Amino acid sequence: MSGVRVLVGTRKGGFILTSDGKRDKWNIAGPHFAGWEIYHMKGSPVDPNRIYASQTSGWFGQLVQVSNDGGKTWAVPGGEEPPAFSARASNKFVYDSSTETGKPLTTHQWYDGTQHPWEFKRVWHFEPSLHDADTVYAGVEDAALFRSTDGAKSWQEIPGLRGHGTGPHWQPGAGGMCLHTIILDPANPERMYIAISAAGAFRTDDGGKSWKPINKGLYSKYIPDPNAEVGHCVHHVAINPKRPDVLFMQKHWDVMRSDNAGDQWTKISGNLPTDFGFVIDVHAHEPETVYVVPIKSDSEHFPLDGKLRVYRSKSGGNEWEELKKGLPERDCYVNVLRDAMAVDTLDECGVYFGTTGGQVYMSPDGGDNWNAIVHDLPGVLSVEVQTLP
Amino acid sequence: MIRVVLPAHLRNLAKVGDEVQLEIAGPVTQRSVLDALEARYPMLRGTIRDHVTQQRRPFLRFFACEEDWSHEGPDALLPEAVAKGEEPLLIVGAIAGG
Repeated sequence: MSGVRVLVGTRKGGFILTSDGKRDKWNIAGPHFAGWEIYHMKGSPVDPNRIYASQTSGWFGQLVQVSNDGGKTWAVPGGEEPPAFSARASNKFVYDSSTETGKPLTTHQWYDGTQHPWEFKRVWHFEPSLHDADTVYAGVEDAALFRSTDGAKSWQEIPGLRGHGTGPHWQPGAGGMCLHTIILDPANPERMYIAISAAGAFRTDDGGKSWKPINKGLYSKYIPDPNAEVGHCVHHVAINPKRPDVLFMQKHWDVMRSDNAGDQWTKISGNLPTDFGFVIDVHAHEPETVYVVPIKSDSEHFPLDGKLRVYRSKSGGNEWEELKKGLPERDCYVNVLRDAMAVDTLDECGVYFGTTGGQVYMSPDGGDNWNAIVHDLPGVLSVEVQTLP
Repeated sequence: MIRVVLPAHLRNLAKVGDEVQLEIAGPVTQRSVLDALEARYPMLRGTIRDHVTQQRRPFLRFFACEEDWSHEGPDALLPEAVAKGEEPLLIVGAIAGG
């Protein structure tokens, strides 16, 4: 019987939750890298036992860890190599400012509107290649996209993103200027989507050489020009891999969809009780079934009325139903962060999300019923799911 | 033989005990000690000083012989007691807590 492996990044380490296809009994392993912030862990679709982890610390900076046995053991890529390899470093993320790439870019907009140097802080998201286990993309703060083709031993920036022209207008949100979403188009290896808080969404159609903002239709009344080309605080973007031209977005406020690869967006908040939130995801087998977790507001990052709810639309937006069986009915004041929801691809799609209160909830039936796999982890930063053969 | 004491997280990362011992041929400075440390334990690269600027990470300080050496230049000679291995160079993280 197939099974699932849930990769949970938390404020104080990484945890790996495994179960068979029934998903009713769970084994909890961890904490891996105890005491460190694990922003994100994600497995390679090519080799599921290859997992990349972003390990960060205010004291010691960024580290990258890689497992080749499904998370049982970990190593810093190149960390055991002799000094002759010292030019390579798995945690060396250097912004490309070379003239060869055409547009050296050294500043972006700071909170006060002045220009500020680009400074690397951490990796928010790893996206392993769909075709090669040694190729992986990293979305970082301050916002940029890096790629490794040697299993994370070394990294090179994809400079066309920062250099395409709007970079000096990007500005950080309260959580930092992070590139948090990377979507590789399974139907078109040259196409990739990324999203940045608080700049917006961007797309390349030529493998990363050139990029363009894809924010038409977004309206953000908290910025000077609500219809601006960039400056929108996109929280997360999701697709169903079988229909990669249809995008769903949870913006700071507003839930949006695009039916043309981001060229135009339409608001689909419909009857949601609040359309502020961070996560959004799409059912593995039903491309019009979408999940969000409404959060009260941008100043009150917790569920409405202390009731944790997932909302599901089976019509691609606008009509939403409340999902609450098994979720807290009262006194719940947690948040669900942008990378903390995922789905498995078993016949009956499982839906998972983690909270800042340390709970990881899962539904084995597409959202109808929910159970807590664990209650008391450190605050959850990210959740990814691997469906195993 | 130079002795270096690392913070707990870096000891775990490098899989070492309380103290690391390093051979340094030339002058014993912050730079030469960190160069030797990173050569012996490549996984520590970037954790104590920035890859590009080589600046000490802001939440870390260097102590030796009960003195703060954090603000000395990277090529300043460390105390003779450190160079002789009588005293360790301490790499200390800011205290975490409420």
